[in-house]
This record gives sequence, C-alpha cells and structure tokens, in this order.
Amino acid sequence: MDSNIVVAEHAQAAHRAVRHHFESAEQQRDASTVGMWVFLVTEIMFFGGLFLAYFAYRHAYPTAFASASNKTDLWIGAANTTVLICSSLTMALAVHCAATSKRMLLVVFLCLTLVLGSVFLGVKGYQYHDKWVHHEIPGQNFHCEGCADATHTPLFFSLYFGMTGLHATHMIVGVGILLVLIFQSWQGRFDAAWHTPIENFGLYWHFVDIIWIFLFPLLYLIDRSGKGLS
Amino acid sequence: MAAHDAHGHSEVGAHTQEAHIVPKRVYFLVFIALIILTWVTALVSRIDMGPWNIFVALFIAIIKASLVVFFFMHVWYGTRLTKMIVASGLFWLILLLFITMADLWTRNWMGVPGR
Repeated sequence: MDSNIVVAEHAQAAHRAVRHHFESAEQQRDASTVGMWVFLVTEIMFFGGLFLAYFAYRHAYPTAFASASNKTDLWIGAANTTVLICSSLTMALAVHCAATSKRMLLVVFLCLTLVLGSVFLGVKGYQYHDKWVHHEIPGQNFHCEGCADATHTPLFFSLYFGMTGLHATHMIVGVGILLVLIFQSWQGRFDAAWHTPIENFGLYWHFVDIIWIFLFPLLYLIDRSGKGLS
Repeated sequence: MAAHDAHGHSEVGAHTQEAHIVPKRVYFLVFIALIILTWVTALVSRIDMGPWNIFVALFIAIIKASLVVFFFMHVWYGTRLTKMIVASGLFWLILLLFITMADLWTRNWMGVPGR
C-alpha cells in the first residue's frame, strides 16, 4: 500500500504540473476539452458520410430498405441500446468519481463500463452470426427470404454492416483504452486535480453512444409498421 | 488513502476543476429519460404513421442525443468555445445532409431530361 502511494505521487507530480505554454491549470484543461471536441467533430463528419449514403439510398430504393430493415431484430436492438445507455451512465459516474477523488469507485465504474461495452459487442456479434446463418451478408450467397426488390436489398445490408461495423470498431478501440485507464486508475493516477484522460475518454464513449442512438432507429425501427411489406 | 487524499489537494489546480462537477442526480435523471425514450421509440415504430414514422424516430433520437451531449458530455456547463465547436460540427453535418438530400428529393419533380 505504501509503495503504491509513492508511485502514485510520482505519477501525479509528473502530470499535474501546468505545461509552460499554459497560463493556468484551468486554461490547460479547457484546451484539452476543446481538442477532444475538435476530434469528435471530425468523427461526426466521418460517420456523417455513412449517414448520408444511408439517406440517399433509402430515398432511391424505399421498398428494398423497408423490407430489409424488417429483418433486424427490434427487441434485441432495443435491449442492446439499453445496455449501451447503462454503460454511458457508468462512464458519467466514473468521471464524477475521478473529479471527486474516489479512487476505488472510479475503478469500479470503469470496470462496469467495460463489462457493459463488452456485453453490447457480444450481442452485436450474435446478431452478425444470425445474419451469417441466414445468408444476409451481401455477396455471392446473399439471399433475403421474402424481401421485396431483391436487386437492391444487399445495399441495406452493406450499410447495416458498414455502419454498425464502424461503430463496433470504435467500441473495440474504447474497450482497449478502458483497460489502460482501469490500470492507471488502480495505480491512483487520477484525482480531482488531474483526470483529463478520464474526462476525454468519457467524451469519446458518450460520442459512440450517440452514434448508436441514431443507428438504432435508422436500421431497426424504420418501416416496421409498413403495410404490405413482408 | 488518507495520506493520499491530504496530498491531493495541495497541488496546483486542485480548486479549478471542482466548479465543473455535475451533481449525480442529473446523471440519473438523464439516464431514466434515455431509457424511457429508447423503449418509447421502439414501441412507437410499430404504429403506422405513414411518412411520419421516420420523423418521429429521428425526433426522439435528436432529443436523446441532445441529453447526452448537454449533460453526460457536460456541454451545458462548458465554455463558449466548446459550445461553438459543437455547433459548428452540427452545422457542417446539416449542410452535408440537407443540401445533398434537397438535390435528390427534388430531382424528379419536373419531368424534364437531365434530371
């Protein structure tokens, strides 16, 4: 325990100091928040292109998109959304604990975030497997049972895999970063005075949550009620 | 732990971050709203509203995203610069989506060649 404290204090001393190009700790902190948001804005545009492709093709082939989106499992999607929102709550609480110097709770909430994120990815994997079994992956053996406009249904599934795949990639990266942050939190690197990595990772994690908040209605909920569509 | 806590507040900047701490109550309220909206949007999708289904679904998604951005991501309590960067990101996204879609939506309004 004693040696832990010494290690922790060394680490803190190295990080907490205000770098020479900043006037105050507050300015340094605001700069890092702004930097993180600039990165997230580039991410918005990155995903934005895919959302645009979705809207453009949905506009061009409404029948294909309506019948193909009925192939996704609404209730599993809603349950998985719930899991992801829970992980956002635990992440927000982790930031809160870092800001109030509660080391053990910080570790606990980061671990919960990791577990919930992994559950989300596991369910996603199960859904991908389901699509694989039903030959609903675009390619040579693609087959969509009872889908209208069979020529264009692969487009929906390409976008489905592209968008959820890019989202899942972000989650996998997030899980990797979480492992490092849990280790560092355990070492006592973060407290009320300095916890910028926890805060910025929180922004990233919530951003990934927001992407899903839009993917869920677009891929799972649209045209559920459509009459005459199988 | 006690020694660690006592030390933690003697360093530079210890006081500057405390102003930004969001009460836990806010997080729980936002969380409850997000869960309710998730299941509302899932259930509402089964009601046939014709072309309005997508607008209702996106409207609920925008409310949910705003809650996350403002409270989980602290933008509500953030600096003006942060708010401006978020707004500018949204502005360019709206340009991307709306200008392109305005083109695609209106192309076949007139039955003329070259549409």
